[in-house]
Amino acid sequence: MIEVKNLVKRYGDFEAVRGVSFTVQKGMIYGFLGPNGAGKSTTMNIITGTLAATEGEVTVNGCDIYEDPIGAKSAIGYLPEQPPLYPDMTPEEYLAFVGEARGLRGDELWRAIDRVVEKTGLGEYANRLIKNLSKGYRQRVGIAQAILTDPEIIILDEPTVGLDPRQIIEIRELIRQLGRDHTVILSSHILTEISAVCDYVIIIARGKIVASDTLENLTKQYEGKNYIDLTVRGEEASVRRAVESIPGVEEISVDPKPLGLLHVRIATDSSADIREDVFFRFADAKMPILSMEYEEVTLEKVFLELTGEKADSQPAVEPPVNAPQAEETGEVPAEEETPAPEPEAIPAEEPAPAKQQKAKKSGDDDDYTPLFGG
Amino acid sequence: MSAVYKKELRTHLNGMTGAIVVAFLLLMVGIYTIVYNLRGMYPSFETTVSAASFLYVLAIPVLTMRSVAEEKHTKTDQLLYSLPMSMTQIVLAKYFAMVTILAIPCGVICFYPLILGSFGNVRYTTAYAMILAFFLLGAALIAIGMFLSSLTESQVIAAVVCLAVLLLLNFMSGLATLIPASAPASLAGFLILALLAAVIVRIMTKNTTVAVSVGVILAAAMVLVYAIDASLYENAVPRLLSATALFERLNPFAQGLFDVTALVCYLSTAALFVFLTVQSMEKKRWN
Repeated sequence: MIEVKNLVKRYGDFEAVRGVSFTVQKGMIYGFLGPNGAGKSTTMNIITGTLAATEGEVTVNGCDIYEDPIGAKSAIGYLPEQPPLYPDMTPEEYLAFVGEARGLRGDELWRAIDRVVEKTGLGEYANRLIKNLSKGYRQRVGIAQAILTDPEIIILDEPTVGLDPRQIIEIRELIRQLGRDHTVILSSHILTEISAVCDYVIIIARGKIVASDTLENLTKQYEGKNYIDLTVRGEEASVRRAVESIPGVEEISVDPKPLGLLHVRIATDSSADIREDVFFRFADAKMPILSMEYEEVTLEKVFLELTGEKADSQPAVEPPVNAPQAEETGEVPAEEETPAPEPEAIPAEEPAPAKQQKAKKSGDDDDYTPLFGG
Repeated sequence: MSAVYKKELRTHLNGMTGAIVVAFLLLMVGIYTIVYNLRGMYPSFETTVSAASFLYVLAIPVLTMRSVAEEKHTKTDQLLYSLPMSMTQIVLAKYFAMVTILAIPCGVICFYPLILGSFGNVRYTTAYAMILAFFLLGAALIAIGMFLSSLTESQVIAAVVCLAVLLLLNFMSGLATLIPASAPASLAGFLILALLAAVIVRIMTKNTTVAVSVGVILAAAMVLVYAIDASLYENAVPRLLSATALFERLNPFAQGLFDVTALVCYLSTAALFVFLTVQSMEKKRWN
């Protein structure tokens, strides 16, 4: 469906994308995962023909994006990072414009609009001006625009940013539905989102693909082991003897530390929790455990490790086309993104601070005067 | 293409810019007509329209300022880039939408000679030839305004720069007479232009070697031509400047002449700046 070969994008001296290659098969949901500024948006912009690559090749359905851009673009529905909406139009007018521009006419157009309005739950908002819609509903209009012509490939750049938790669940469900008969590529820096929706994950960091596999394989490959780190006082040989026979242990490494201590790292398969066994074995062998740390390898850890600073030292700066999030930390906590509350919800919450203020006011006269009675 | 055209037309009409431009042009041309033809009893409608062409300096920037700049500002250009259409189609659709807005007041103005005809003799052919030239001048200026709008993300900058450029074009023939006409002065003028060309090449390619060589080659060619035949440079810069005086080209029409070269000049200016707008949009993808 999509073949990307050796994509390179330079902004002046800065390389935002450095030799990215991958193939996208029909009927799967692909997740593009990476920290801010990793080159996700740039890659997606290049696939959709919005940006031109410095080097490399993109073929969509056999059409080269440079040789036959119209053929390639008509197979793709695209939601950019910032939904490209005209604030002075209503969603319905806007969708009519996009549909016509993509070649839908008459009945076909209105049927398509009705379908996407229903799918994205725009319903009663379809006839309000886009500038009066909340961020979440604008995002929905953006998604509606991308799926309007029922394209074979749907590319969504961070589709759930700015949505409230309920909307996120709805949109994920929608994406899952779309994945049944479309090829979907979505990008996110939120791991849970990718693992909740995608079949195949492409992890990208500093403009390079660092891992690319199905979700199960990735999990299997990296999640296979748990680790226990111990600091013990004792002899290396007796430590090994004590641990080796515990079922589930796969690997032991022992480093001597100062003051006659040993640092022991035990790798086990993910199903086994051997902490209690370890405790009793060492107790029997009269080797005191000074510290024990248990480390579970999750996909999140894998992600952090793959995209972390140690992988490469070049600082990644968000390219100028993208949104102004220039922070590049290498660590991206999965739940960092707390969705903003919907503007409509605010008026309902307003009385609370007011009440508090009132309460505070009456209490101000004398801190010890009880509010009731007295 | 028709979808973008319809959307643009609706944006202009809903977003007031179109309505303001139409209302402004009609109001002002109406005032000119009353002052020149009805009050002043002047029989030539051509002169009225020729004088009214100055209004474009104010009207065109308002019409064109948001055409591309606003798309860039709100990032809706990303949608345009991802549509299965060529950039030429999109730019042409935008251009024709603005020309359509301009056609509204021009269409209404077509009734004025008829109205004047009921008070006396009006030379209809020359009057309508003038309105045609007036319309095409506007079309050429819209292309310039659209190009300037495609260079920036800010409507305000687009409007101000467009206003300055149109004002300059309007005064160009006057300015041209201020510039010394001697051959050495013209050579100096052309050398400055060569330097400017080199600077533009440097900005666009970010390649100093290419820019310097372009500048040096241009300068050398000019000096060479000067050495061979200095008389070629007599009056060259003033002539070049007056060639860009688009407003001045209405003068023959005001005298009752049908000047085809002026119409060709307007059409080719429009084509050139539509082309440049397409290039400017394409360039953004390659940044």
